[in-house]
Amino acid sequence: MTITHDNSLLTVLGDPARDACWSCGDQLASHFCTHCGKVQPPKPVDYFTFFGLPQRLQIDPAKLERAFYELSRKLHPDVYAQATPQEREWSLEQSSRLNDAYRTLKDPIKRTEYALGLAGIELEEQSKSATEAARASGGMKKQIVPPDLLEEVFELNMQLEELRMNKKMGEDDPALLEEVKQKQSDLESKQDALSVELQQIWKDWDQAQEATSEAAIGCANAKMLDLLNRRNYIRNLLRDVNELLEA
Amino acid sequence: MPQDFIIGIDLGTTNSLAAFMQDGVPVVIPGEDGVNLVPSVVALDEKNQTIIGNAARKYLIDTPERAVYSIKRLMGRGVEDITEELKLFPFRIADDLEAGEVIRIKLGDRTFTPPEISAFILRQLKRNAERYFGAPVTKAVITVPAYFNDAQRQATKDAGRIAGLDVLRLVNEPTAASLAYGLDKKQSGTIAVYDFGGGTFDVSILKLHDGIFEVIATNGDTHLGGDDIDNLLIAIAIADIRGDLGRDVSHSGEDVARIRKAVIEAKIALSSEPSTRFEVELSGGQHYRREITRQQFEDLIAPVIQRTLVPCKQALKDAGLKPAQIDEVVLVGGSTRIPKVRELVEDLFQRKPHSELNPDEVVALGAAVQANILSGGSEATRDMLLLDVTPLSLGIEVAGGVTDKIILRNSTIPASATQHYTTQVDGQANVAIHVLQGERELAKDCRSLARFDLKGIPPMSAGMPRIELRFLIDANGILNVSAREQRSGKEAEIQVQPSYGLSDEQVEGMILDSFDHAEDDFRERQLIEARAEADTILAALDKARMSPAWGQLTSKEISAIAAAEANVKDSKQRDDYKAIHEKIEALNQATMRLAELMMDSAVTTALKGKSMNDEELGEGPTAPHAISKAEFTD
Repeated sequence: MTITHDNSLLTVLGDPARDACWSCGDQLASHFCTHCGKVQPPKPVDYFTFFGLPQRLQIDPAKLERAFYELSRKLHPDVYAQATPQEREWSLEQSSRLNDAYRTLKDPIKRTEYALGLAGIELEEQSKSATEAARASGGMKKQIVPPDLLEEVFELNMQLEELRMNKKMGEDDPALLEEVKQKQSDLESKQDALSVELQQIWKDWDQAQEATSEAAIGCANAKMLDLLNRRNYIRNLLRDVNELLEA
Repeated sequence: MPQDFIIGIDLGTTNSLAAFMQDGVPVVIPGEDGVNLVPSVVALDEKNQTIIGNAARKYLIDTPERAVYSIKRLMGRGVEDITEELKLFPFRIADDLEAGEVIRIKLGDRTFTPPEISAFILRQLKRNAERYFGAPVTKAVITVPAYFNDAQRQATKDAGRIAGLDVLRLVNEPTAASLAYGLDKKQSGTIAVYDFGGGTFDVSILKLHDGIFEVIATNGDTHLGGDDIDNLLIAIAIADIRGDLGRDVSHSGEDVARIRKAVIEAKIALSSEPSTRFEVELSGGQHYRREITRQQFEDLIAPVIQRTLVPCKQALKDAGLKPAQIDEVVLVGGSTRIPKVRELVEDLFQRKPHSELNPDEVVALGAAVQANILSGGSEATRDMLLLDVTPLSLGIEVAGGVTDKIILRNSTIPASATQHYTTQVDGQANVAIHVLQGERELAKDCRSLARFDLKGIPPMSAGMPRIELRFLIDANGILNVSAREQRSGKEAEIQVQPSYGLSDEQVEGMILDSFDHAEDDFRERQLIEARAEADTILAALDKARMSPAWGQLTSKEISAIAAAEANVKDSKQRDDYKAIHEKIEALNQATMRLAELMMDSAVTTALKGKSMNDEELGEGPTAPHAISKAEFTD
């Protein structure tokens, strides 16, 4: 099997401690051997490392997609359909890892959550203990309402309740519907604004990583955590509004 | 070494067919009768011989209790979730079925599970392919509806095994169709595949990029197809007959079968005619006639075809695309021949859909393309790679009967998720886990895939063990689970038994069973293999004649070889595989010295220091003896 060497990510792939290929012994083996092309046993690395990327949050989606396609061509089980059971198993492991990594890194929110997770920081929503406590008591998981949204949320919930009642009774209140629609678009703009804000924090975070400044990283982490919690809150509100308006 | 033929199979609700890549083009493998499509109908004749395909269709009318169609609707399903099916389809469920057992269908006085019945169809396709190639076929790619769940996929894989096929991959039908369409184009863009078949509906949205076929979203309904249209027409006919003739024929299997045949013909006619008549001769000689216009037909089927819009819209939403952002739309499945269906698709996507490839064949053709990719590829399939998704979210039941989703629908497969568990009480040795598939919030509304116990947890105080469970959906869309207690490092592989599936032992038993009852199959297979072996040895002999060793043989030896060769050729013409093996063995004996001479000359050449190029090396040992000895298995 020959490998075409291009100026792609393939040539820079692999973690710094490159191991030898199990098949040909070449020293350039990572997910697959760059010399003989064979899939290698999976190694526990984080998603950034898997893609041969530094831990940075500003990622060019087109580049990431290209790398995903290239790695897919090398690791996918289709390529190993007739190989030994061991290679088939590695290929299955490696390509599931690749797909999981791509799914996480290509999505700005998931990527941010993942980076926080690597630092041991958990979002409210993902906190298992909170979820289980809520389920045990039969109630909804409590969410901390961002203070600046408190008033708005209160009003919106009242309106949604009214809208639900109207629906039940078969009544129509065009003015109310209009108000809720206005709120819907307000929330959407807020969400968009948060995305822009997030990109700014990424920049800080990346710089902090570059400078290996623990204090700056911690500061950016706190900002991201706060932003994601707010965003999740808005997303859930929007979901309720959308459900009601679409129904 | 004989070529390894990997065929692509479309195991359809109404029709099934096999295809193969030949010289860069996928072609359909014709059946015995020269027809490409094998109707997915299985019957047992009076002698309990299985009849498959076109030949079985007459049994649907003559002896409906000995025939079955649309078995795909029952694949991977439990008795409790087919009540709707039983109202509309003449499936005769075995009387002695126990709770939790895989469904068995009565054919005459015998019973079969849906995978066994599907295996009969697969075996017929396998036979057709073996006849076509004149060589054994043991490997296949089989297509399944994209929206098939884990149990339905597993059942399809089991059917393949029972039929003696190594199923290298299950491919989603709409994705397969896109492969067939994308073969010559290799373009980039976004395509939607609208696949409306006999029993299932699927829609898939794909992104094409330099030969990569990446599915972005898929959705569907595994119980929505042409069958549902037929049932509407049948219901009208039955009501008419009750009104006009005062007869209730709904419980007469024979009459319903006749009506079904007539409505299908009418449905097909209405795709090209503005109106049609259908006429049925009922048992007892009475006739039922009716005129139906296309307009009436379209009004009648509107609710059925409208149902296809829901999955389409959901798939678009999941893909984050508006209909106008779809570059091409491809039509698949027999039901897309209905003009009203085409209109609906055109309205939704605002563009004319593609239907250049035969909608009945395109899935099998695509399966052949995938088979070619799996066999190592060829010029035509170079750089082609399919990245498919899981159609349904995978979850586990947590406290309160709630589903905790761990792998979301439309995740590219293979996909995996890791979950951690611990114990609730001191010394607890087992943890029960319930795996679910579906989108609903509550576990009871999702499909139960499997329940299993993690056993043998080392005794520790409550909350101490840390059990890691890894869920992995493979490239076939089938779930694998492995578990490990992280503190003790103890690994426990768990076999996930689908809630509605056959155990490995059961499948093994069925494979043996199928051989018991398919002596002819076995003979035919042996015959094909013996003939292939004969061809190989004859070719080797032809090659040996050119070697210098041939000149060293005595005339007596040469004539003995010629006689043995003639015997092999003669036996090849007959149907006795044992005789072929005997003659091959005789030819082996007759050429023993020739082989030795050739070996010697190869060695001599090497000793003389002459460099032996590959060709010479090939010549030497390819004496007839290089072929392994025939094995007799009975």
